[in-house]
Formats: sequence, structure tokens, C-alpha cells
Amino acid sequence: MSPNPEKKLEKTLVDINYLLKEAPREKHFITGAQAMAEAVKRASVDMAIAYPITPQSEVMHLVGDIYAQGHIKEYYRAEEELGTMSAIAGAARAGVRLFTATSGPGLLRGLEAIVSWPGHRVPAVLGILTRVINAPLSIQPDNIEMAYMMHCGAVMLHAENQQDTFDFTLAAFAIAEKVDVYIPVAVATEGFFVTHAKGYVDMTPEDMALTEFDPVAAPVPAMDNETPPARIQRDAPVQKSNFMSYLIHAVWQQEIWDSNKRAMKYIYEYLGGPIEVKNPESEVFLIASGCAAAQAREAWRYAQEAGLSVGLIKVRAIRPFPIDEIRDTVKNAKSIIVPEHNIIGWLCKEVKAAIPNGGIVTEGPRVYGGMTLPVELIMKEIHNSLGLEYDLKL
Amino acid sequence: MSLKYITPAERFKKYLPKDYVELVDYGPFGKTQEEAGPGNMGQFKELVEEHPMCSGCWMAYYIRLIFASLPNPEDTVTLGTAGCGRLAISQAAVPFIYGNYGDQNAMASGLTRAFRLRFPDKTKDVITIAGDGGTMDIGFSMTMHSWIRGEKFTTIMLDNEVYGNTGGQSSGMSPQGAVLKMAPKGKDFGKMPATELARAAGCVYTVRMSPTNIKKAAKIIRRAIFVAREVGPTFIHAYTSCNIEYSIPTHEVFADAKAQEKDRFTFEEYMTDEAKEVIERVEAEEKAARMARKAQKTEAVN
Repeated sequence: MSPNPEKKLEKTLVDINYLLKEAPREKHFITGAQAMAEAVKRASVDMAIAYPITPQSEVMHLVGDIYAQGHIKEYYRAEEELGTMSAIAGAARAGVRLFTATSGPGLLRGLEAIVSWPGHRVPAVLGILTRVINAPLSIQPDNIEMAYMMHCGAVMLHAENQQDTFDFTLAAFAIAEKVDVYIPVAVATEGFFVTHAKGYVDMTPEDMALTEFDPVAAPVPAMDNETPPARIQRDAPVQKSNFMSYLIHAVWQQEIWDSNKRAMKYIYEYLGGPIEVKNPESEVFLIASGCAAAQAREAWRYAQEAGLSVGLIKVRAIRPFPIDEIRDTVKNAKSIIVPEHNIIGWLCKEVKAAIPNGGIVTEGPRVYGGMTLPVELIMKEIHNSLGLEYDLKL
Repeated sequence: MSLKYITPAERFKKYLPKDYVELVDYGPFGKTQEEAGPGNMGQFKELVEEHPMCSGCWMAYYIRLIFASLPNPEDTVTLGTAGCGRLAISQAAVPFIYGNYGDQNAMASGLTRAFRLRFPDKTKDVITIAGDGGTMDIGFSMTMHSWIRGEKFTTIMLDNEVYGNTGGQSSGMSPQGAVLKMAPKGKDFGKMPATELARAAGCVYTVRMSPTNIKKAAKIIRRAIFVAREVGPTFIHAYTSCNIEYSIPTHEVFADAKAQEKDRFTFEEYMTDEAKEVIERVEAEEKAARMARKAQKTEAVN
């Protein structure tokens, strides 16, 4: 309950550009959960609030450990996800740097509070370690819950592997707190496939951390009765049936989505852009995010070996969605294949909506329920697109 | 700088809304209860003056009283949820955080802890003020868990025994048998034992009351806040009738509150030994300060 003053660690505080781009790195073989927690350790987080759900729990266990070690000032296990996400919203008003993470059903349970974060200008970072939400229940890393997150205004990054998870999480704090952004940033990656599997992560030193949160550098001051101008929320929600209040709501939501768009320049600055492109002159493109991007990358490699004209677009940012970047890259493509880890194909829909000739997009391949995505399924679509035969043996 | 955050620079004063300047000049910020407390309501610029509540709303009166009783309005943050109460609370000149349905105590948990991180040497009072639905129904889990975790803030339940704002549905706090919307045959279970639950969950100071006596009600509000600062969660369960849904004629609202005081809302105050120590100490200090001011005044007159 009380802060952890006895555990004040000596750290060198550096800005995000130095931390992400210049700081020395050392290779570690760690899980995605560890990668996320290690990023939190280096982010000078003030407070983390935890509620368990598989496969997220591992992340918040580790965050609890780093709290006990003194890297975080406050940490507790809340009553359930709505309580967790509401407490984040409450703590944000006091002007502190915040982190929490959840998965699938937990995300949906906390969604009422989460979707109000952008409008409340809560610059928290939310880890989403994806998991099945639909019945019959399963704990596997289907990523359908991301579809529900896409329309609340939060910035969303989708990590392919452990390295991404580390880098994206660190960058997320910096992006969320930019005065011209100041909305939450979600970092999603697939549960188990990334959270519980090990990969190589080049990590910055443990005694080097992000500069501390500055509650004064905010477009809305903290409600701490300290920072002028006084922030006294009068008639908070817009519930009166008159034109002015509809207008206030409309204008505010526009500003939230503009904030979301303004995050794009920081995605360029810290992550090198919202997409990664291989072979931009290809006829066929694979467009994928998260773990599906890892499988697409493998299929792309097979295609290179076979001398096929196949390009790859890995999507790092789901919100803001890189509409211009994708449209520009695939302007000469004849076919687009979108492998996904969910049944509805939310990325496919985004891609179709982003380009003028959506008809060239192949729906799938998709796996769901948390099944792995065989590279052969992607290879079959590539061959179909090129008018070639492919003997699918799974 | 708490008080200064609302104090305008002298040269800007003439450009500010009159209402705001009056609040700074004649409001309760930085003043004692004798200067600007419930005893002389109507004689100073109150923190809540305008509200859209129904005529005769007993809840509106109590909310006004809460704000007039705050020991430290310049360093207080209130939190609330959907319902009638927030319509008045959000009009008060004290920061108000409106979250999602019934999550006021979860938000207050995060806020209180974060305040203690940022201002370890300062007192920041956090108070949740919500209706019976927000506190005991939709927010029940979050209310209970904030108490179980021992979160140091005050919970005030404005119990009008009905969902007033959504049109008169029965709540967990509606009396048994009451015919209300969504209880068309009469509510078939009794009032939830709110103060008992609060004590079981670890509240160190609980009060159930019908706030008919201004002085007493103010004392209770202050006690709850002082104890929450130092010891743990505190809870006030106050009867604040809904004269609309229960068809209490406006001129009988006070009589009804008096009647409830003798019946279902008999005064009940509970405190742990630790809470008692705080109350005795703070009230002795306040008394001493009052006496000293009085002596000073007398001296000045002589």
C-alpha cells in the first residue's frame, strides 16, 4: 500500500531517443513477458495496477517483482479489470506514469473504462497479450480482441516478437506523453507465442531509464489542485439534450482522433515508421501484423528462394493505421494476401478500406482459436495469386 | 501552491468571470469553518451554488452541506458516477472526476495512491460521492474492494433508495415491498446492510444518518475525512430522499427526513480505537484553535 521509499535505485535518466537509438544494448534470450516487463523497468513507471488473466499474468507478475526491487513506486492487484482500468484513469488524474496489461476477456471486461481513457486524456500504456474471447472459451492467442480496441481512439502498436515487445513498450510511454498526443498507447502481441516463448532481445542497460513523467507538460493539467489553471470539471459528461453539448462531444472526439493521427510522426521517430517493407516492386504482397507477420516473413523467405515476385509489409501501427504508407507501397501490386490470427479478419478489412482497389485483397489465410498459422497456408495463397499450382500438405 | 492555483494575478482579475473572482475573494478557500462553514451558509460564496436538481431535493441540500463542511476544499478532489448527485457535484468549485458506471471507488483508489506518491508531505482529501445504485449495486465490487484494501479515502453514499436519474427503478437500497419501476410487484428483498458491509470490509469509521441536523452532519463529514487521511477507509450512509419518485411533497421533505431519522435511519456511528484517537485529537486541536482565535478577537476588541 505505501510507496516504496526504501527501494530507491540509482539510475541514469535519459530521453527516449537516446534510450531507443543510441544506448548500448546487450543480447538476452528472454520471453515476451520478460521483454515487456524489462521495458517497464526502464520506463520510470510510477505505478502499475495488476489483475490476473492468462496469458497476461506473467507480465504483471514480473512487473510486481520489479516493483519489489524498487523500479516502480506503487503496485497493487486490483479487484477485476474494470476496477483496474478505472484505477488507472483515477491515478492518471494525479499525474503519474502508469502501466497495466490484460488479455482477451479481461480487455473486454475493462473496455468500458479503457474506451474512456482517450477522451479523459489518460497517457497510460496498456499491454494486450492477446487471447480468445469467444465461446467456447480457450486461453489461446487468437487476437480478435484487438478489433474491439481499434475504435476508441487509443494508439495501437502490434509487436511481432520479443524484440518488438521491448522496443514498442518503451516507445509507447514516450508517444503517450507527447503534448500533442496525450492519449493511451496499447502494445499488443500474441499471448504464449510471444509472451511465453523466448527470443533474442537486445536490451538497454538496467540502470538506464527514461526521464521521469512530467505532469506539468500536459495538454490537460493533472487534477492535483497544484497546477494552474485550476482543472475543475464542470458538468463532466455531455448528457444534456442541446446542440451545444453534442457539439462539445463532437469537437472533443475529433481532437482525440487528431491526437491519434499526430502520434504517427513519433512512430516514425522512434520505431522507424508504421510499416516495414520488403521488395516494394513485387506483384504479390503479404500484409500482416504481430505473430502473423512472423509467419508471413517466413513465407516471404520461401518465396524469395523460389524466385517468386512477393513483397512483405509488416504493419507495426494499427492505430493510427498507415493508410498512405500502405496505399503507396502496393500501388502497383496485383494481389494482396493478409494472413491473420482471428476469424473476422480485422486487418484485412483495414487494408481493403485503405486502398482504392480493395478487390485485389485475398481474405486470409486466417487461423483462429489460437492455432498456429502454417507457412504452407500462406504459400498456397501466394501460388494462387500468381496462377501457380501448389500442393498443400499440412 | 495549492491555494495559489485558483488565485488570479491581481491585474487579470477584472477580466475573469465575476463568479470566479467572488469565489476566490469570498469563498471558503483557506478559511475556517466559523468563517465559511455550514454554520453560516448563505453568508459566503459557497462551492456549490447552482445545480439542476429538482425542487425540494434533499440530496442537493446534503451535497451543499458536504462542500460547506470540507476541512480543506483547496486540496480536495471528489469523484462520482452517473446519477442525480453528480449533476450538483459537478457544479461545485472543487475538482470532480466522473468516470464510468459505479467505478468511483476504483478510480479513487488509483488517485489516492498516486497523490501519496507525488505529495508525500501534503494532505490531499479524496471523497467519492455517489448514489445508492453507484455505490451498492453497479459499483458494489469496486466499493467493497476499495474498503477491503484499506484505501484511505471517504465514501459518501447519497441514499435516495431509488435510481432517480434513470427514471425510478428499484435499487439494492430500496426498501422491501416498494413498488418501483423494475420492481412492478414490489421489491422482494430488503435494503442491503450498507454500514454492516462497510465495517466487515474494513471501514474504520462508518455512520448511518438522516442529515437533518446541519451541525451534526457537518461534524460527521469532517470526522470521516480526518480519519480517512490517517487510518483507513471511512463511509457515510446518508438518507437523501427522492421526493419525485417517492412522491414526497416539497414542503414535507424535511419532515420525511426527520421521520426517517426515527425509523430506518436512526443515527449510528462506529469507529475503531485508532479512528477515535484521530477524532479526539483533531477535535481538541480545532477547539484549541477556536478558543485562541476567540481570545485574540476579545483582546483586539479590548
